[in-house]
Amino acid sequence: MELKLEKFTKRFGTTTVIDSMDLTVNSGEMMALLGPSGCGKSTTLFAICGIHRMNGGRLLFGGQDVTTVPAQRRSVGVVFQNYALYPHMTVRENIGFPLKVQRKAKAEIASEVGQMAELVQISNLLDRRPAQLSGGQQQRVALARAMVRKPDVLLLDEPLANLDAKLRLEMRSEIRRIQKETGITAILVTHDQVEAMSMCDRIALMRDGKIVQLDTPEGMYRNPKTQFVAGFLGNPPISFLSVTAGDTLSLGEGLTLARPQGLEASGDIVIGIRPEHFGPQYGTGLEGVISFVEPQGREELVDVRLANGQEVRAILPVGDPLKTGQHVNWGVATDRILAFSQDGARL
Amino acid sequence: MTGNLRIWPIVLLLGIVSAPLIIMYVFQVIESVAQPQPGTLMPGEINLHNWRFLWQELDRGRPSIWTATFNTFIFATTIALAVCALSSTAGYALSRLNLPGRPYFLGGLIILHAFPTITLIIAIFIVLQYLGLFDTLLGVILVKAALELPFGIWIMKGFYDTVPWEIEMAGVQDGASRFRVWWELVLPQVKPGLAALGIISFLQGWSEFVLPLVLAPGSETQVLATYMYSVIQDDAKLDFGLFKAIGMFYSLPVILVYLIFQKQLMNIYGGGTKG
Repeated sequence: MELKLEKFTKRFGTTTVIDSMDLTVNSGEMMALLGPSGCGKSTTLFAICGIHRMNGGRLLFGGQDVTTVPAQRRSVGVVFQNYALYPHMTVRENIGFPLKVQRKAKAEIASEVGQMAELVQISNLLDRRPAQLSGGQQQRVALARAMVRKPDVLLLDEPLANLDAKLRLEMRSEIRRIQKETGITAILVTHDQVEAMSMCDRIALMRDGKIVQLDTPEGMYRNPKTQFVAGFLGNPPISFLSVTAGDTLSLGEGLTLARPQGLEASGDIVIGIRPEHFGPQYGTGLEGVISFVEPQGREELVDVRLANGQEVRAILPVGDPLKTGQHVNWGVATDRILAFSQDGARL
Repeated sequence: MTGNLRIWPIVLLLGIVSAPLIIMYVFQVIESVAQPQPGTLMPGEINLHNWRFLWQELDRGRPSIWTATFNTFIFATTIALAVCALSSTAGYALSRLNLPGRPYFLGGLIILHAFPTITLIIAIFIVLQYLGLFDTLLGVILVKAALELPFGIWIMKGFYDTVPWEIEMAGVQDGASRFRVWWELVLPQVKPGLAALGIISFLQGWSEFVLPLVLAPGSETQVLATYMYSVIQDDAKLDFGLFKAIGMFYSLPVILVYLIFQKQLMNIYGGGTKG
């Protein structure tokens, strides 16, 4: 079901956290609300599920205005960061609780809980209590409980934050699979750009209560609107260099880069070079000294300090042994350089 | 071995400090069944003469011990129930609901908790007299329960504060009303606190002396504490053996409750009061 926020405003006391924000999540789409902590993404989530009252604007589920509908009667399932399972109930009772509230018949509850447990693959755990489950299993129970009512919208609040790295990887694809299988409209709140990029159809990147950019993961990565977006997405992160744009891009100390095609600006600007666009495979051009090498198994992360003191990061397949202090002269994929004005806007 | 060696001095020290208490308890038991000769500590012949109050009337005009026991039981149980019912709801409200004047409620609770209640006794007396509840069990129950409430509410608020918010939000999101969330999801999380509070209130009621003495002096409403008091006040024939036996009888339920509910009580003493 399509979800629409119109001119959504939220204030706590006298501080305005979010000021007339618009957001549309298409039916069956998984949308990420991504941003650093304090950007208002959780506030938005709680307003959608009805825990926070909105101070202004409208919320529409499939064209129907639910702005003033109490949380109990909104068709929304929520998975909380700490899962919020009911510790005194078994898994079966946890998943069945929303149906019990709806006064469904026992047999019906049993069969729906069974189906849900099968979907999230916890059928063998139904008689355990939450304390007897691992983090990943608790996560599945929380997901099942949120979805057993067949809500119109599924909200996930940092669902992977409490899991260890391996489980996180597993649950990432698990959640995406369940979302696709059920075709539910979902919103994922996260501060982890990898999660947002790998799980979602579109990302709304937020900062200070505003959506900075709304795009597909690829679109946002290739074509960031601001320096903030470019810096937020990508792991390892992008390197920013201050340059003076003339006939070439001059970095000072005699270092220059070719002007990317289509760049019209001149004067002092900031360019961003992603680590995969810098390295020996692009020829030569930037001279410097390796200041740091971080092996990551398949790849190596290399920091190169240029003569002017700025650092550029490269990610390279493990091959030739690279050492700290080694002198290198590597090239840049000029056409992939991202240029920004001094105040962070894309040029 | 070394662990044991290090613990011995502490055990010894505690033993010496608590010896007077232990000796007192031991003689309480011994003298209630065996009368030592005056001036000695050696127990004499064992008989149950001191325990005769259990099966015969001590003297005319005095109610049977069983009436007093029954009264005490009603008194303590009702207080425990009332304190639990009111503390579990009031504590929740203070912990979670956005009440007007909430900080003042909390401040008031602490003040009331620390307030020397005995100074209120005249005022309470007048109020009860006015309401026609003087010399009734109900009157004393209301007063005692009211005086126990600040402690109970404070303890329960502390327990509610430890229940994660998300559980409640999840319940609301699952479609349950606020009341149902409290009853089915939150209350079970604070059960240990509630159990301990119930036991403590029961014991408080069981051992209450001044309030029944002043507010319900009639023989129909006598509880065990005032019953004992009237026995020792009987200056015609001072009988310490009888007094000790009644004392034993009076404290047995307390000891039993402590033995059975040790674990639950540790909840409050151990860490429930994170307020």
